[in-house]
Amino acid sequence: MLAHAVFFYFFSILAIFSALMVITSRSTVNSVFFLILDFISVGCLFIMVGAEFLGMILLIVYVGAVAVLFLFVVMMLNVAQQKQSWFIGKKSTHIPSGLIVSVLIFLELLVVIGGWKYKENVMSSSNLVIDQTITNTHSIGSVMYTDYILYFQLSGIILLLSMVGAIILTYRKRENVKSQSYLKQISRERSSSVVLKEVDFNKGVKIDD
Amino acid sequence: MEYFNTLLNEIYKIMFLVIPILVSVAMIVWLDRRVWGLVQKRRGPNVVGPFGLLQTLADALKYIFKEIIIPASANKTIFILAPVITMTLALVAWAVIPLSETMVLSDINVGILYLFAVSSLGVYGIIMGGWASNSKYPFLGAIRSAAQMVSYEVSIGIIIINVLLCVGSLNLNDIVIAQKNLWYVVPLFPMFVVFFISALAETNRPPFDLPEAEAELVAGYQTEYSGMMYAMFWLGEYANILLMCAMGSILFLGGWLPPLDIYPFNIVPAPFWMIFKILFLFFLFAIIKAIVPRYRYDQLMRLGWKIFLPFSLIYVVLTASFLLYFDKLPKVSF
Repeated sequence: MLAHAVFFYFFSILAIFSALMVITSRSTVNSVFFLILDFISVGCLFIMVGAEFLGMILLIVYVGAVAVLFLFVVMMLNVAQQKQSWFIGKKSTHIPSGLIVSVLIFLELLVVIGGWKYKENVMSSSNLVIDQTITNTHSIGSVMYTDYILYFQLSGIILLLSMVGAIILTYRKRENVKSQSYLKQISRERSSSVVLKEVDFNKGVKIDD
Repeated sequence: MEYFNTLLNEIYKIMFLVIPILVSVAMIVWLDRRVWGLVQKRRGPNVVGPFGLLQTLADALKYIFKEIIIPASANKTIFILAPVITMTLALVAWAVIPLSETMVLSDINVGILYLFAVSSLGVYGIIMGGWASNSKYPFLGAIRSAAQMVSYEVSIGIIIINVLLCVGSLNLNDIVIAQKNLWYVVPLFPMFVVFFISALAETNRPPFDLPEAEAELVAGYQTEYSGMMYAMFWLGEYANILLMCAMGSILFLGGWLPPLDIYPFNIVPAPFWMIFKILFLFFLFAIIKAIVPRYRYDQLMRLGWKIFLPFSLIYVVLTASFLLYFDKLPKVSF
């Protein structure tokens, strides 16, 4: 039990520390690295409470894919220029709007945690049965693909739509771009591409006409 | 005190796993260069030690005694962290690889997801190294490799789904035992080929070694690294290759199972079969390096997104419908 507590406090302190560093560190790239550290430590916490599937999915999806794209974008930005315009120049105008959003999120969290803490039978009001004997991968699957299959598929379709939307927004058809056509290359034959010509002496031959 | 003893026991077990892996990485580098040389009608490393076996050791000694140079404009912390992360991730994944039914450091429920997660984290070592060097070639190499590894991970994930549909469990030992009658390389042969090629791309091996393409990027993300830090990148890379070979042999070649469960085969201990399969896959890796020219970047992306991804998705649908129609879906006991 002692070991469990030690690891729990280690990961939770790491999570809180790196979450703080995400919003306080001056360099955006460092922020993203701390975000990754935060994801990893939260994933470890998930594994510690026995939700190993969620922990692994968190690592694969957020750390392995989303944070890589974050890094990709942030590294492309000109960090030095950004520092000047955001931190040194004018009095920050983004604080009020940020404050509103964070207060709203804080209130939502309060409502959620309060409801969970002060309503006695919050678990019994749900019609889900938690079976401790099977692995949580199986139990998530057996709930998600039976009772909630429609919501699951709906969220999948929303993701697909947003992906198609993003592609359409950024897609430009460019004219006069030379691109490789594999079919054309492979189906080329000698008869259509090589011509044997009799060349007159001292006159040469005109190509491309 | 009891807790202390278990801790010591675990450390002993980890050491017993990590040191053989490091030694075998050194041997595998020798094998790689040797095969490469023989394909090109050269001799390859054959001077240091018997058959040149100690060549890698000599190289490693050279790296250890070289001076580590950190560029003045580099981000020091991240620059030093990058090779450490590469090597740690490559070694940490071995914790779940079963060498036999009992010979595994931790037999977790979500073994294959863990392997997949760790191999998808491998991209950070490269991105961090490339960015922190604060120089053009490493940065270009890092950007290339990030895009490349993320794209091929997608198809590896879908290939894993194919295998999981047949097994019905995420545990690596269960995956191996499910292949007792038939290795998955037979029914899922196209997926094995796609997995092998994706593994080449995921580990930045030729013909997909664009992140370190010598001709255009000098050495990609490794350009600014020297001495021990370069050696760590290098060790991590080869440990990752071995890991991909182990993953391939667990998913498709029946892991530690003998090819046939009859007399001359089943007296050979299980770990030997696993090692033999890993070596076989690595031999393929080494041959490919010698015989295939490097891909162009747009061809690489086209192969990943336009061919492998749709193909493996279609194969998932085929596998699922086959299993459903013939009522062969793995039964899960609740």
